[in-house]
Order: sequence, then C-alpha cells, then structure tokens
Amino acid sequence: MIRVQYFARYRESLGLDSEQLPWDTRFACLDDLRQVLLARGGAWDVLAERNLMCARNDELCSLAEPLQDGDQVAFFPTVTGG
Amino acid sequence: MAIRVQAAAFDPGAELNALHAANVGIGAVVGFVGYVRDFNDGREVAGMFLEHAPGMTEKALAKIVAEAERRWPLLRVDVLHRVGALQPGEPIVFVGTASAHRQAAFAACDFVMDYLKTRAPFWKKEDTTEGPRWVEGRASDEDAAARWESQCRPGCG
Repeated sequence: MIRVQYFARYRESLGLDSEQLPWDTRFACLDDLRQVLLARGGAWDVLAERNLMCARNDELCSLAEPLQDGDQVAFFPTVTGG
Repeated sequence: MAIRVQAAAFDPGAELNALHAANVGIGAVVGFVGYVRDFNDGREVAGMFLEHAPGMTEKALAKIVAEAERRWPLLRVDVLHRVGALQPGEPIVFVGTASAHRQAAFAACDFVMDYLKTRAPFWKKEDTTEGPRWVEGRASDEDAAARWESQCRPGCG
C-alpha cells in the first residue's frame, strides 16, 4: 500500500487531500507512481507541472526516488513560506 | 536550537532577546522577521492563509538548521513559522542565529531563510481584492538558495 498526499493548490484542484493505492510493482520510483496518476486525465494534469515538488516519508526528494511498499509520498506545488 | 510551527502570534523582540539567554559565549545575535504585506504582485492583500504539511514541516526545518550548524560555528538557532490565518502587518516568520562572531550569525541567518523559502513545506494563499489566489514560487528565491549550493552541496563533507 502507498499513501499519497496532495497539498495546497494541488489538493484544491484535485478535491482530494490523500488516498491509498495498492502496491504495484510498476512503482519503481516516485515518477512511475506520478505517471499512473497522470493517466487519470482531467484535473490530474497538475501533476505534470514543471515545478512540481515531492516528498517520500516526509522528506523532500526527486522524482527519481525509489519507492517501497508502505511508503507515504506527497506531491505539491513550489513552496512559498517565509 | 528551537523550531516552532504555530498559529499563535509572537513577539519578535522577545524572540531576539531569548536567543542570547545569558550565554556569555555569544558575541553576536542576528534576527530576521518576515511580515505579511498588504500588497503583492499587483494586488491588494487583505489577509492570507498559511498551509503547511504537518509531520513534514518540523523535519524539513530541522534539516535546514542542522545544515546551517554544520557550515558555521553557531551557538543557537531558533526558527519560528506561523500557520493559519494572518493579517497584513503580522509577523509570519522569525529566524535567529547566535554565534561568537557576527559573520557566522549573519551568513547562517541568510542561509536558513533562503533554504526555508525553497525547501520547507509552507504555502501562502492570499485573500486579494480580486479573490483568493495561491502565491507562486519565485525564480529569485531559487537563485538565492542556489548561491549556497555552489559553495557546498548539502551533505557534502
């Protein structure tokens, strides 16, 4: 199982703050998971944004980050704190 | 080191004074305070909402502070960031650094803010005269953070 969280503008666009996906051996890295989500079409196009950021188990990472069953990942737009 | 993420308002003067905390080895304290402005990117701003990623936020800030402590001889670093609803004129963020000498305190404060702006999971949603809008990331913030990368990548020895 993979828990996926969406924050800020992505959460609003998708109308979803988190979901659980069954583990799939195609999820070698975070980008593989993103491609599966992008294939849903429509609002999910936000995940194609060039400045998308992501995290694995509460740590910022790149889309090349390897995934494992049980991980928690997050997708979000560029951060704007401070 | 103290890291706080809170909805409550804070007193920047009290935060700055707390950094010294009677540690007589501290010769320099530098503090940065970020405030909500009433105008941004061509629109009047009546207020804003600061969203964050609970669980990830403190961890991200701790990592930034640890990196600052690795790069400079710091005696104390405090980071305080507010979340939730904020009005123009209110402080949003405080970063305070303390060291024996000023150079380390100045540089570390600058570094922590640059990394916080680009690596800590906070998002601003402004309430403007033309409706709500999410603030978009700025290339200038990325450039500011990149200055430190060329000196030494995070994690390099």
